Amino acid sequence: MIQPHGGTLINKDLPEIEKQKILGEIDEYEKIKVGAETRKVIKNIAYGVFSPLEGFMNENDTLNVLEHMYLESNIAWPFPIALDVSNDELKNINIDDRVIITSPLDKPIALLKVEDIYNYDKKEFAQKIFGTTDAKHPGVAKLFNQKEKLVGGEIFLINEVHSTFPELDLKPIETRVLFKTRGWNKVVAFQTRNPPHLGHEYVQKAGLTFVDGLFINPVIGKKKSGDFLDEVIINSYKELIKNYYPKNRVVLSTFETEMRYAGPKEAIFHAIARQNYGCDHIIIGRDHAGVGDYYGPYDAHKIFENFPDLGIEPLFFRSFSYCTKCNSIVNDKICPHSPDLHKFFSGSKIREILLSGKEPKSDVMRPEIAKVILSYNDPFCK
Amino acid sequence: MSEEDHKVEYTTVSIPKILAEKIKERMKGTGFSSVSSYVIYVLRQVLSSIEEDEKSKQAFTKDEEDKVKQRLRDLGYID
Repeated sequence: MIQPHGGTLINKDLPEIEKQKILGEIDEYEKIKVGAETRKVIKNIAYGVFSPLEGFMNENDTLNVLEHMYLESNIAWPFPIALDVSNDELKNINIDDRVIITSPLDKPIALLKVEDIYNYDKKEFAQKIFGTTDAKHPGVAKLFNQKEKLVGGEIFLINEVHSTFPELDLKPIETRVLFKTRGWNKVVAFQTRNPPHLGHEYVQKAGLTFVDGLFINPVIGKKKSGDFLDEVIINSYKELIKNYYPKNRVVLSTFETEMRYAGPKEAIFHAIARQNYGCDHIIIGRDHAGVGDYYGPYDAHKIFENFPDLGIEPLFFRSFSYCTKCNSIVNDKICPHSPDLHKFFSGSKIREILLSGKEPKSDVMRPEIAKVILSYNDPFCK
Repeated sequence: MSEEDHKVEYTTVSIPKILAEKIKERMKGTGFSSVSSYVIYVLRQVLSSIEEDEKSKQAFTKDEEDKVKQRLRDLGYID
């Protein structure tokens, strides 16, 4: 099975006895409250989804990543993962302190060894991460709303972080054991934030044809307005697998992280996480993790040329359509016919049809999937 | 030969003559006294590296694997 990114699957989940010791002395620590998305970051670091990260990045790593997309240790990493903290929260916190990260309701989540506290230029970060400083870009908007300072340091998990779908919440060690138990030597990952249409099904099955197993790994977390609700995505995939997939060849599990809409850089991030889950291939489609027209349709393909040292191999897919002459799903590489004969899988058109309360045609979306989506009064994020 | 080597039994493995000649060349100045001792050294190095590689690739121990399997059964991922 493929090695984790950087060679070691990170585990920052403390043994129970140490957790209890820290929880017993909890009043002695300064606290930093964090929201749901930061708790997901902590969970992903603790269980090795973000291997080789062992905590929030210090300034050197952050600057290296911004400039070169490599950590100081010379391991590829696409964008900073640091904890934003306000000056007010930092009043009683200094470098070398140990602080407790809690939920807004004061539930202790992790111990943080504060190794670095530093300033950052949000505009510079936006330009280097997203290629724009336009506040209409959802990733940029979120960055501009971050607190004033960044904190770096190793973290240690002391309490389980809530899962949205606990029955689908697998850690990298669990997916790795699962793949081994199923006898899968080669596994292809599929990243998604949408319910599946026939084009998605086609690329998943095309990828699966060449490997032992398919790992469908929807991103669960904060998304932009107009994206599908997490529950809709999960229930759609459950229905698709039940009706159209060989069950011994597919695993559905969630990847709890927010969408950053960083396009090509996020494609690298998605690839690294899936390598840590034990996948040696990942499907990268057209405009992967893109939003609006901030990125070129195949920028997320080109960027992999700069990372020959990644273990996981991308399988590049172009945009798909249904050719009425071929009578099958095709792309521009494999079909000679005029675009006039093609029905394109347009997400916005599918949304439009669904919003009108109708089912998209069965050569665009499986009727079972359309029924799941239409069973929700409002299947979209606000 | 070391004390330890006296206790072990040996068997014969054939290698192409041309390879044996190359090894003789390679051995010069290394302190190895025979092609056999050189080949034993190289094979031990190779096997140890493969074993180390396999261990690191697993990313989990047998105990961890057993615990994880129980959770995977509970969740319905495996029978």
